[in-house]
Amino acid sequence: MSQSFNRGLVEDFGRWREFSAGMWAWVFHKFTGWVLVGYLFTHIAVLSTALSGPAAYTNTITTLEGLLVVRVLEVGLLAVAVFHMLNGSRLLLVDLGVGLERQDVSFYASLILTGAIVVASVPTFMAGVSL
Amino acid sequence: MSTQVPKEPETEEVETDPVVKSAQDRRIREKAERTARERVKTDEAPDLEGEDTRVIKVFRYDPEVPEKQEPRFDEFHVPFDKGMTVLDALMYARDTYDSSLTFRHSCRQAVCGSDALFVNGSQRLGCQTQLGDLDEPIRIEPLPHQDVVKDLVVDMQHFYEQMEAVDPFFDPDDLPADEMAEQAQTRANREKIKMSTRCIWCGACMSSCNIAAGNNDYLGPAAINKAYRFAMDEREGSDKKRERIEIIERENGVWRCQTQFSCTEVCPKDIPLTEHIQALKREAVKENLKFW
Ligand code: HEM
Ligand code: SF4
Ligand code: FES
Repeated sequence: MSQSFNRGLVEDFGRWREFSAGMWAWVFHKFTGWVLVGYLFTHIAVLSTALSGPAAYTNTITTLEGLLVVRVLEVGLLAVAVFHMLNGSRLLLVDLGVGLERQDVSFYASLILTGAIVVASVPTFMAGVSL
Repeated sequence: MSTQVPKEPETEEVETDPVVKSAQDRRIREKAERTARERVKTDEAPDLEGEDTRVIKVFRYDPEVPEKQEPRFDEFHVPFDKGMTVLDALMYARDTYDSSLTFRHSCRQAVCGSDALFVNGSQRLGCQTQLGDLDEPIRIEPLPHQDVVKDLVVDMQHFYEQMEAVDPFFDPDDLPADEMAEQAQTRANREKIKMSTRCIWCGACMSSCNIAAGNNDYLGPAAINKAYRFAMDEREGSDKKRERIEIIERENGVWRCQTQFSCTEVCPKDIPLTEHIQALKREAVKENLKFW
């Protein structure tokens, strides 16, 4: 062979339309996992305001909850956390070798359940906190 | 087309042209001339007016032909018959329009594993894929994540090396006392490994794997499945089994699998690859716990 051609990794994300259930589950799981790690830092920062006294903490929370963006983001966080938990349980089953031929169904079930829980939570989050 | 072409007597190679430096140069020049001739031939394509045709877009690349060094897609119009496969379409295009169109094939019945291609964004065997099931234009590319040698032909060397790395052979540790004794297997055990024995070394799974794409050292689904085929065979010797488990639990073995199921999705022999990889992960854990 005189020479060959390396097409690189270009088609990896170019073929996202062809991704099957298992691949989407993986993409979403990685994404949600890292979002949760990111949230952990935010979470610590917000809770830390309590170090300056109860009033400061109450002030932080009321200010944040007063913002619509924050409440919308909270719905998003719930979606991310619920999906990660449900799909995490699915991955546990996959690791145990349980129902591997139905793994796509359990992925869709995780998605639908996440959707249902998120929709049901919208009124609560939109109402915000009343202090 | 018959493959029983009568052998013509070999003609002696005589260097007549003084301008030609080496035989290699001459071959390259002849090849370029041939390609140019074939181009012209394309203009006198058969009249497909009124016929049911399909358009295939085929990846082209040839490092030895200047016009093909830059990869491109060629379109071919092929007459469509019910039952026609992607491989049939490629063969029609090659035999009718461009004899330099290069792809591997042999058995035409999903047995030899030589024609795994990337068709409309997924890895399939050309001979097993019905043209009628595909949306037009039908894009036919070489397997992703392998170097392209020419047109649809990829370099399979690395894939074969990974297959060899798991010692793909039967080893019962010791030979039976009576050499002629049958080494029988229970029906249940045969069922357990049945699917894993079906691999035809086509490389579709490895090509579909996102992890293998980013990590060339990863053994890949087919090699791990091969290890499963022997490690789970009750007749395998316990020493060999431990050795095999050690190979697959190394850094680039089973633990790289992230259960994306892409390989299982594309395997033309329907081997539950992810299931076998997961089983070996558990086997590796069990093997390690034994030493505690
Ligand atoms: C009930 C809660 C949770 C469950 C059941 C769960 C389950 C899992 C499982 C099974 C995996 C492995 C996926 C694989 O095999 O590749 C995983 C990955 C991950 N999880 Fe969770 N998890 C939970 C909560 C969290 C939280 C709270 C965080 C963030 C602080 C998190 C961050 C991550 C990240 C970043 C990954 C990806 C790791 C990687 O790149 O491989 N998870 N989770
Ligand atoms: S496991 Fe399936 S996809 Fe992979 S090489 Fe074997 S037959 Fe091909
Ligand atoms: S030609 Fe043998 S597998 Fe397709």
